[in-house]
Amino acid sequence: MTESRKHSGPASGFSRRAFLKGSGAVAAVTALHGQQAVAEQNQEDTTLVRGATTISLNVNGKSHQVKVEPRTTLLEVLRHQLDLTGAKPVSMDGSSGASTVWVAGKTVMASTTLALTCRDKEIRTVESLGGANPDAVPLAFVKHDAEQCGFCTPGFVVAVRAFLDKNPQATEEQIRQGLNGNICRCGTYANIIQAAIDLVKGGGNG
Amino acid sequence: MAEVKYSWPSRDDSRVIGQSVDRLDGLAKATGAAKYTYDINPKNLLIAKALGCPHAHCRIKSIDTSAAEKTRGVVHVEILKEAGSEIEFQGELIAVVAAESEGAAIEGRAALKVQYDVLDTFTSDEDLAAAEQAGRTSKAGGKAQTEREPGDDDDEDEFIEKEIDRLLKESAHVVEGYYGVDAITHCCLEPHGSTVEWKDGKLEAWLSTQNVSGTDDGFARDLELTADDVNVYCEYIGGGFGSKFAPDYWGISAARIARATGRPVKFMLDRDQELKIAGNRPSGYIKVRIGADENGVVKVWDSVHWGTAGFTGGGVSHTVIPYVLVPKNYRRNATAIKTNNSQARAWRAPNHPQACAMSQTAFDDLAAKMGKDSYDVFLANLKAGNVDSQQQPAVYIAEMEIGAKLIDWKAKWHPHGKGQPRGSIVDGLGMALHTWGGVANDSTCQLKIYPDGGVESFCGTQDLGTGTRTVCAMVLAETFGLKVNQVKVNIGSSKFPNSGASGGSTTVGAVTESHRRASQDALAKIFDLASQELQADAGSLEAVDGMIRVKGSPNQAITWKKACARLGMKPLEVSASHKRGDASPLSSSGVGGIQMAHVEVDKETGVVKIKKFVAVQDQGLVINPKTCKSQIYGAVIMGIAFALHEQRINDPQTGAFINAELADYKLPRLGDVGEIVVELYEPEDQRSRGVIGNGEPPVISPGAAISNAVCNALGVRVPVLPLTPQRVLEAITKQASRA
Repeated sequence: MTESRKHSGPASGFSRRAFLKGSGAVAAVTALHGQQAVAEQNQEDTTLVRGATTISLNVNGKSHQVKVEPRTTLLEVLRHQLDLTGAKPVSMDGSSGASTVWVAGKTVMASTTLALTCRDKEIRTVESLGGANPDAVPLAFVKHDAEQCGFCTPGFVVAVRAFLDKNPQATEEQIRQGLNGNICRCGTYANIIQAAIDLVKGGGNG
Repeated sequence: MAEVKYSWPSRDDSRVIGQSVDRLDGLAKATGAAKYTYDINPKNLLIAKALGCPHAHCRIKSIDTSAAEKTRGVVHVEILKEAGSEIEFQGELIAVVAAESEGAAIEGRAALKVQYDVLDTFTSDEDLAAAEQAGRTSKAGGKAQTEREPGDDDDEDEFIEKEIDRLLKESAHVVEGYYGVDAITHCCLEPHGSTVEWKDGKLEAWLSTQNVSGTDDGFARDLELTADDVNVYCEYIGGGFGSKFAPDYWGISAARIARATGRPVKFMLDRDQELKIAGNRPSGYIKVRIGADENGVVKVWDSVHWGTAGFTGGGVSHTVIPYVLVPKNYRRNATAIKTNNSQARAWRAPNHPQACAMSQTAFDDLAAKMGKDSYDVFLANLKAGNVDSQQQPAVYIAEMEIGAKLIDWKAKWHPHGKGQPRGSIVDGLGMALHTWGGVANDSTCQLKIYPDGGVESFCGTQDLGTGTRTVCAMVLAETFGLKVNQVKVNIGSSKFPNSGASGGSTTVGAVTESHRRASQDALAKIFDLASQELQADAGSLEAVDGMIRVKGSPNQAITWKKACARLGMKPLEVSASHKRGDASPLSSSGVGGIQMAHVEVDKETGVVKIKKFVAVQDQGLVINPKTCKSQIYGAVIMGIAFALHEQRINDPQTGAFINAELADYKLPRLGDVGEIVVELYEPEDQRSRGVIGNGEPPVISPGAAISNAVCNALGVRVPVLPLTPQRVLEAITKQASRA
């Protein structure tokens, strides 16, 4: 069952309340908890969708047709339909940072981002930093052993990449203050700090 | 072939062992390529989500699954706890819904209708009197020992009572203390769970487990199969810390649902379920009196402690109290409290972190009372031989000297509460010491040497993030004179030869035993082949830099590849094992370690910050200093977590575990850990002992060391960990009202 309809403007548009009233959206609320942020993101969108629909998502430079419902998170699509499992489901409220990805150049938690809101936006995941020529950040993580079990590591790698892109000359103090959105249980923080310091020094910021 | 004498090369002769080698799977983890149980997505997969009980104590009146079954996308509903069942802790799984997507599973779960009779709860584990009044306590053992023995006519308990009183009265200094550690959870970032599918009547199970070789049996037992019918895989695991040794009932449920539906099933716990039901560490609280002589040597210890390991009772074992520093006269008694929480599981160094934080705090309070340097009081007790440890007092003393230099103890120490404040900030130093066994577990390594020179090992162990995979490769590379990337290590499958569960710091000893043995056996055979070509005695050969050569005449050599080519068509296959507890020149057990903390406390806000933390650790022979140090960094940070941040909080009325989400369950973040300095203590007399695990030991001391440092800063003890701002401020207020 697919049903969609364009709204003309803000007056009749996709307010948070309207979104929550939609039958698909009720399911979205049960799918997540504490997701005011999710609902608010949808204010930008002007299409009301019920049930499953096929949309196109641009991930790591490639276009993918994916089947989503209004409640489907970006994380679920990445992991289950595209087999991009670098972003991890650690805390569905986003407080662990383990599902950090880029959407339209900004880091977001894929666990609290609805897939429908990502249409026509460039999505980039940790996998884009791998491959035959890995980015300097994952290489620095290896060099400084800034990972143990590794479950938080992809989220941290994206966070460090994004932080250094904004702060290429970050001091140790700024590094200690600027990377507090992610949780590691094994205790790799000391090594991550060293990796980030090394990246600033070594200019591995490109 | 000559009999193989198993040994490690000397420090000078080692080419790989002792070098800092990057972990082999580092890039796979850092780029998202590593596949964990949660990441396995077979075709046609169903997602299972379970309903956790909202009440801490209740009886299930009825369960109606009809609406859930009718929910769009729901394929299967299984009841895990029938109507009439008593539930004794919040989060216990009642029913599970398997559906086409996460959203559908969650919607279906929300449609389950369960009615409960809510029963009384008790979760106030710190309040011994309340627990006794509620009938929730039971004796949990104890022991008394005195230098003087009771006479034949003496009543033993009376004699001990009098003796303890006498010793306390005769002591130059007496301290009465109260200390404690709240319960915490394992909080694995990859929650417990599995992805399972049936193929031709056999179960394929990707399980997030510390026990690859043992969990096929676990599945088989509960599903009435044999272990041959089950394959367990775990290439990567997102944290275990002692909580992931079994398939658990939710793993068995996943297998049942997969069988019933004929489809693969992924059943991972939700975050709050992970915290509520999948592992916690017992709380512990203690009241203690100690008496010491004029030099601060403790002569008598008298304690009662209590705590909870959940609804089954239990708590911190009395056998490790007092901890490491143990006087000749002591009496200790333990009480277990049944609370409405899930049963505790082994948490990294079971009992030790709590015992350390409940004991060595008292020694520090003794120093405070005497106006003496804590370092000197610890030293005096070590020198007096008041030690019950698996490590020698002399090693602790050497480690203390190293630690003191690294943290600049002598220059920075001040009497308790007498530091120079900077505004509202005061700083302080504290220390603690610990011990652990770390014996090598059972392990078998199967090794294949191919005629093209390829080397491949197979071992049913697992890499919890400790660097096991890398250590195995290093041992093979060392033995064969190859580079680490020239050998292939296969682990993480129950199809491979048995290797013990990773618990109790037993893995590095286990896998280095089996890999060294197998590789030395194989090398002896390669030497036999090479000796024909080199026309030299096999016993005169060595494997170095990709060559097999005659010792002392490096030009008399053939390449490793050429030697292996003499195998002909078939690979050489060798298996070798180590059995836990067998004496071996390759591994040993029993380590020590000391830790020192330098903290800053803000007396206005109550916030404690780690300025610097020093850990000096022995663990016999270190294979890979890089990953070995990472273990210690991580343990210290986990220690900072339970010293300052994390705690399970139960609502005293309902028993609900109210902070079971990561937004509320406070863990340190990157900016909270300060400067950490790790020193591996590996002089020849330790190195020659062979390999000993170090996963547990460095997580033991941080609680006591940090508590002692805060006490040194404030001049007052904040008794119970974690030292939250609220507790720090309460202690300061109490101190002010006394003054």
